[in-house]
Amino acid sequence: MRALLVRDLKLAFRAGGGFGLGLAFFLIVTVLVPFSVGPQSDLLSTIAPGVLWLGALLACLLSLDRLLALDWEDGTLDLLATAPLPLEAAVSVKALAHWLTTGLPLVLAAPVLGVLLSLPGPGYLWLVVSLALGTPALSVVGTFGAALTVGLKRGGLLLSLLVLPLYVPTLIFGAEVARRGAAGMELATPLLMLAGITLGTAALLPFASAAVLRVNLR
Amino acid sequence: MSLWEYANPKKFLTTSERVLPYVWAVSLACIAVGLVWGFFFTPDDYRQGSTVKIIYLHVPAALMAINGWLMMLVASLIWVVRRHHVSALAARAAAPVGATMTVIALVTGAIWGQPMWGTWWAWDPRLTSFLILFLFYLGYMALWEAIDNPDTAADLTSVLCLVGSVFAILSRYAVNFWNQGLHQGASVMRAAAITGSDTEEKVSNVFFVPLMVCIVGFVLLFIALVLYRTGTEIRSRRIRALMARERAGA
Repeated sequence: MRALLVRDLKLAFRAGGGFGLGLAFFLIVTVLVPFSVGPQSDLLSTIAPGVLWLGALLACLLSLDRLLALDWEDGTLDLLATAPLPLEAAVSVKALAHWLTTGLPLVLAAPVLGVLLSLPGPGYLWLVVSLALGTPALSVVGTFGAALTVGLKRGGLLLSLLVLPLYVPTLIFGAEVARRGAAGMELATPLLMLAGITLGTAALLPFASAAVLRVNLR
Repeated sequence: MSLWEYANPKKFLTTSERVLPYVWAVSLACIAVGLVWGFFFTPDDYRQGSTVKIIYLHVPAALMAINGWLMMLVASLIWVVRRHHVSALAARAAAPVGATMTVIALVTGAIWGQPMWGTWWAWDPRLTSFLILFLFYLGYMALWEAIDNPDTAADLTSVLCLVGSVFAILSRYAVNFWNQGLHQGASVMRAAAITGSDTEEKVSNVFFVPLMVCIVGFVLLFIALVLYRTGTEIRSRRIRALMARERAGA
């Protein structure tokens, strides 16, 4: 398992662009928002938590199609499926690697981008906390979507159509935590719900992803 | 005589062909009677005026939009567990019908909402979750279309349907939470205006009876459409098999 994780991480760091791409996308989306809605800082600080969450979500989505597609093309997935390691575990490791290379950098970059959108003071902590709790769910759900569309020639657009509705609950609770944190309100309920979604998807969805992958490898 | 006999495509086709004309006739009769009754022979609501009459389209369509997904869920489960092809094809056949019902519910809701709430659309929990349901239908149909191998497609879409159902329910409650967190005051009136409770408990019999006739009509219409479309799917599958055999033989 560790070997697979290390391999995925190495590939992400070395094989040109995959690592920084999501981060750059996040930056660009955030920079474009003031251009589209205007530079008034009170408006920006109101929408900042939601915009940052949406940007992180889209950046996650962008990197999903290469999550399994490369391994599918060069036959690594077939090897993984016949390896002693259960496919469920392999899929979980893939999701973890995706989170480490895409989700974690987004979490770390979010406060910096929060400055650009004049996020209110107390919001930074909760923005980071909510992203750190929520982005693993995005990776796991995204792995399921990637497993569904891995055998398709033009899976990219379909992948977005399938995955985005599945992202709705995570986005709602995550953005709610960040918004309430920025407004200084009580936020235990959405925080717990967000954590629940992440843990639930991480525990159950790998089984669905592995089942789907087996169908695709048949 | 068990239900599983109809998993045989031939048996399914002959039976559904025998039943279909009656289902069509009763469903269309119910819808016609219910709509005419509802539109012309019920008094106007004292507060909502004649706009209340759109309920005879709105409520049955919304009902079938949800039950359509439920039927797809059951059919997908049957495919996953017992691998009856008719079941997978029925789930496929139901998806566009359910999606159309969702659109009807959304559009009639907008037309109803314009005079009542003064807006075509509000990010009310119910409206929002229907929109999300529509997105789920779109994704499901798109996945069916995208995959060439029918068995693979059936497997993948049924897993998507199962996972999607869980997330759809999750979204339903998440959306509820989200909206109350957003505008507490405004949603009270709207929630009271469109929760299902006032159609069943507060609507007087004058409106309720034609509404029930319409609902029965829509249920039967859904069944008729799904049976018909499943038959079409079975036949197109047969044609494809025949053509493949011919190519292989020649």
